[in-house]
Amino acid sequence: MRVLGLDIGSRSIDAVWLDGERIVDWAVADSGYDPGSASAVFVERDAHDVVVVTGYGRRVAKERFGCTAITEITAYGIGAAALFPEAASVLDIGGQDTKVISLGQAGRVVDFEMNDKCAAGTGKFLEVMARALGFSLEEMAAVSRGAESGIAISSMCTVFAESEVTGLVHRGEDRARIARGLHDAIAKRTLGSLKRIDAQSPLVFAGGVAKNPAMVDLITGGFAGEVLVPDESQIVGAYGAALSAARS
Amino acid sequence: MSDQPVDYHPMWDELGLDLPSHDALLEAVGQLYGDAYLTQEDRPKGMDYLDFVVSEVHGLRIKELDDFRKTGGKVFGTFCLYVPEEIIRAAGGWSVGLCSGAEFAYDQVEQIMPRNTCALIKSFMGFKLAKVCPYLESADLVIGETTCDGKKKAYELLGELHNTWVMELPQMKREQDVALWKAEVRELLKKAEELTGNTVTAESLRAAIKEVNDKRCALQRIAAACTADPAPISGKDRLLATQVAFYDDVPRFTQMMNALADELEGRVASGEGVAPKGAKRVLVTGTPMALPNWKIHDIIEKAGAVVVGEEMCTGSRYYQDLVPEDGDTVDEMVDAIAEKYLGINCACFTPNKGRTDDVIRLAKAYGADGVIDLSLQFCGLYEMESHGIETAVREAGLPVLKITTDYSMEDAGQLSTRVEAFLEML
Repeated sequence: MRVLGLDIGSRSIDAVWLDGERIVDWAVADSGYDPGSASAVFVERDAHDVVVVTGYGRRVAKERFGCTAITEITAYGIGAAALFPEAASVLDIGGQDTKVISLGQAGRVVDFEMNDKCAAGTGKFLEVMARALGFSLEEMAAVSRGAESGIAISSMCTVFAESEVTGLVHRGEDRARIARGLHDAIAKRTLGSLKRIDAQSPLVFAGGVAKNPAMVDLITGGFAGEVLVPDESQIVGAYGAALSAARS
Repeated sequence: MSDQPVDYHPMWDELGLDLPSHDALLEAVGQLYGDAYLTQEDRPKGMDYLDFVVSEVHGLRIKELDDFRKTGGKVFGTFCLYVPEEIIRAAGGWSVGLCSGAEFAYDQVEQIMPRNTCALIKSFMGFKLAKVCPYLESADLVIGETTCDGKKKAYELLGELHNTWVMELPQMKREQDVALWKAEVRELLKKAEELTGNTVTAESLRAAIKEVNDKRCALQRIAAACTADPAPISGKDRLLATQVAFYDDVPRFTQMMNALADELEGRVASGEGVAPKGAKRVLVTGTPMALPNWKIHDIIEKAGAVVVGEEMCTGSRYYQDLVPEDGDTVDEMVDAIAEKYLGINCACFTPNKGRTDDVIRLAKAYGADGVIDLSLQFCGLYEMESHGIETAVREAGLPVLKITTDYSMEDAGQLSTRVEAFLEML
């Protein structure tokens, strides 16, 4: 059976095509202002028998394509455990939310936590801060890694943190140290969530933000255990969604 | 149920309601009800009665209160199930639950209360300040209670605007606390006699105990039917029955709920359910859900699961215990009433192990696959108890999801994802 797994997120739409349980292709597109049409491009490739959707846009897509939908939590659990069978927990930092998941046997979710109302500490937060500092995301991560220490950022609200950063820039503070402070703040918040669900080692760090080497450094340094980062961290959810159908 | 809809505006005007705001509220509740309730499939026929009650919740029922008061009857408004309805009815009064459960006029509320107050309190104060609760405006006396710091202080503010009287509920259940509570119930009896001008007799009190017990028994039958798989009624519908129990005419409600229970027992016998056999079953515990707060039940059931029970004030805490009906004297019966009410396991008590035991017992009795623990944000009591409930439920081998929310819909998307993920995990 050929399965298409789609993870329709707030920032990107990720697609994985499976033949049986083997990945035959994958792709990533911007969600943009019309995620429905962007998803349709993948569905219309017609290289599959079944579609499973996950992510923020799953309900709309389920109706539009008449397919199955599962939550990101379940999808990330399955995807991470398939990539790393020894995985005991998962961290997914996406465009607008963060999830921490404890895994039981065979990638089964036994506990999870996600941010409930705002986008503090997510990919969106980093994008806004990079813009305020005049960096690209890649540049911001690079200078942050080079900085010896960070300037403490007191607000985790995207709007307040942006004004705080603007204030620091106006005071002439080093942009690299500000960037480091921002990454430190997200790492601290995320490590707190992991502690609350008693996340065990090894931890799989997935989602778009796992592509950010500065965040990977800080999570790896702060987590009491091993941290595993998939090569294509962004498609773990789409992979898990597709696997859920391939295995059922 | 006449064809010609009655225009209740003159009655609402006479009660002093703010008509444009009240119209807006009714429209919002109607929409909410349509979306949450009228979209359900395979509902029991007995729910027609509750659909009708909701459609007339500020109409016909208020007219009944109005007629009662015009013949000299007195209406007692309450916010909490610790205020014994038996005492009020024995004195010839009527007890009605007051409005809350929806975000209304918070801008006005925040002028006199901190923003970080729980939704239940902000909501009832909003209904008062915006003049949109006809139950409150029909109440000759509001009976408050000291179940939490927020309510305690809110009653002081409400007292400036409405005739309010507060019962002191102790926070422990020792001998001296029982004595205090018995004295408080006696004070309520005196107060009720004073206001109604009637004397409570052994006969009237016994009759009132029987009436209210009968109401609780009908709700117990509805709850018991939900131990079956498939469940014969949705959690939303059962929650509504408990919510309406606080407002409706007691004998009529009991009769209608017994008819509903008959129907449910028939559905169980023929294996008819609201969701397919094997649908995920959830027990909900935590802070009460005042009408029209159906948010969590709606999210859970739209995700394909069934809520099979509520360990809540709008649930088992309301109907699980009865007052003994064999008292001879008023004194004996008042003691029995006080003891029954002090047996309720609200989070305002310390210690409160009884609530944990109730949650585990109900989860097993109703065959729950998981427990959702719900706290209203800034309800320190239930938020603090959440950890103990979580630990105990896990030890009993069941998964638990903790949710802290309020009446707004801003977190509905995230909550749906969390609830769906929880159901997928069961």
